[in-house]
Amino acid sequence: MGALRRWYGAPVSHLLLMVGAFALVGYAGVRLLAGDALGVAVWFVGAAVLHDLVFLPCYTLVDRAWQAVAGRLARRRRDAEGGDGRRNRLINHVRVPAVVSALLFVVYFPLILGPSDSYLSKSGLPGHPFAGRWLLVCAFLFAASAVVGAVRYARGSFGVRSA
Amino acid sequence: MTGERLFGACFAAGGAGIGRPTMVAGAARRDEGSRKAHMDEGTDRTDASDPAGDGLGRTRGLRAFLREGPPVGPTRPAFWRSPARGPWTTSVLGAVLLVGITVVTVTGLLSYAAYNPDLSPVNDKTPGKGLLGFYLFPWPTDPHWLYRLTQGLHVTLGIVLVPVLLAKLWSVIPLFFTWPPVRSVAHSLERLSLLCLVGGALFVFATGVLNVQLEYVFPGSFYVLHFYGSWVFLGGFAVHLATKAPVMVRTLGGGRRGAPPPGPGEDPGGGPPGGSGLVSPGPAPPTISRAGVLGMVGLGSLTLFAVTAGQSVGGPLRATALLAPRGRLSGDGPNDFPVNTTAARARVGEGDVGDSWRLTVRGSGAEAVLSRAELLALPQHDAALPIACVEGWSTRDQEWSGVRLADLADLVGAAGPVGVFVESLQRTGSFTRVALRANQVGDPRSLLALRVNGADLSLDHGYPARVIVPAAPGVHNTKWVGRLTFGEA
Repeated sequence: MGALRRWYGAPVSHLLLMVGAFALVGYAGVRLLAGDALGVAVWFVGAAVLHDLVFLPCYTLVDRAWQAVAGRLARRRRDAEGGDGRRNRLINHVRVPAVVSALLFVVYFPLILGPSDSYLSKSGLPGHPFAGRWLLVCAFLFAASAVVGAVRYARGSFGVRSA
Repeated sequence: MTGERLFGACFAAGGAGIGRPTMVAGAARRDEGSRKAHMDEGTDRTDASDPAGDGLGRTRGLRAFLREGPPVGPTRPAFWRSPARGPWTTSVLGAVLLVGITVVTVTGLLSYAAYNPDLSPVNDKTPGKGLLGFYLFPWPTDPHWLYRLTQGLHVTLGIVLVPVLLAKLWSVIPLFFTWPPVRSVAHSLERLSLLCLVGGALFVFATGVLNVQLEYVFPGSFYVLHFYGSWVFLGGFAVHLATKAPVMVRTLGGGRRGAPPPGPGEDPGGGPPGGSGLVSPGPAPPTISRAGVLGMVGLGSLTLFAVTAGQSVGGPLRATALLAPRGRLSGDGPNDFPVNTTAARARVGEGDVGDSWRLTVRGSGAEAVLSRAELLALPQHDAALPIACVEGWSTRDQEWSGVRLADLADLVGAAGPVGVFVESLQRTGSFTRVALRANQVGDPRSLLALRVNGADLSLDHGYPARVIVPAAPGVHNTKWVGRLTFGEA
């Protein structure tokens, strides 16, 4: 038992858990791959790889770029209030609506980019309203964020003045 | 208003390390804490790295490399700089997913049961399911909005969880690059199970999200991919729960939500320093609080809910589902509620459903052939029932009227509780033939509907006659019915 544990690197209960889980994975996996095995494997593994190696690094870089730009913008107009708070508020009042807009796109990009022929013929609903609607929602999100930001800014300024 | 605490840097992940190694002296501790890599201006010099040219030194250098990994890049904990990452953030997201995915899984399994796949091969898109159909049961007809509820929940909640899933994956990304990639047999198996978990989750969410938008780009039948893909995911999910749920409970039980800004070596995620591998040893200056990150994720989910849920509520609220596939009103006439498939798409023309249309009803030995006028002359009954699609959208109760399926069974002498095999005139599409169980046929609200909301059925809604059964999935409410065969089922 001790030797097994040393070789395996975890308690035997862990091994049992793995055996059970992979029995299920194997049972379902064989059926999942019964059709277009290569296509399904590419989709399955590709989804994880694409997310971890492409999607996540890309949005991270976009965020870092915006942080850098926002830092410059905030520094240019730095005052007694302190640069970091101003910078962070500028970052987040763009970041939040941008992230929410991106999430809407991630889920609904097929309709936003133009519904499929299947959609048009099955639903019988005419036209492509989704791109316009998405842009409208994005505009609303940025506008709402700007209003909240402006109110905060005004309150902050008055607060400083009255203090 | 500067009162808000800003001590995290959401999404400040690895960017700083790309192309410009940003190491913090003495802080790049590996998870185990047993091996310290001494950092000096971005160069990782370990005791083992002897000058090049010395053969022994090279071997040692290789060993050190295998142990310590590349000197820069994502395998280094210090590469990951967001102070918003940490056990607390991951645990909260994990707790939300635990509840959410459980509901989505249960409603998904129920959706399969709702098709009564074990009743007839025509109902089953995954006939090779074997033991995975262990839980199947005869789908009830009460309450009549059952499938509307379960499938609306399944799809809407699935969509609402997308931001939570992505945030969870963001929060644990340093672990993906953990070094060494494999520490033991146990560790390698656990990592393989993570592929089932992460690949599975993304695969199942992607197929679901694409399918509800009728974007059939995935490699095979949606039912097959989504069903078996979910079971592969559940295998990974089981391992993940068994190994991580105790950590999650411990972390959340600690309740250090209002943790102070992290000092050197202190875990901003609310857990003990080190150990989790989630905490950046050299965090970037904070730009958002951990609560702020969760708030942003919540706002994303809320917004997705707002632009989606209306398609499952129906009525005037349908128009609020701005981005959902079936969030559009087509008018306010009696037939103006959504259809899954138009007559044109099903290739059902006026010629198929004109005066020459006849319904064939078969029972044990007997057969009746009826025109629409003859059907209208039979006793007519009303039923207020919804249409609820596997794609998640549904309608409110519509007022259907027509002939009871049970009366049609009597007409051809099919005695006792009988099922029915329904065949449509439609030439294309799946589920052109379906089998209904005896409990569905026997329900007095199950009709061969001829009219809806006081008007004749429109061609798109199945004129001259369609089946409508309480709590059944939309595709089991067959349109343009040509033949009904009653028998044991």
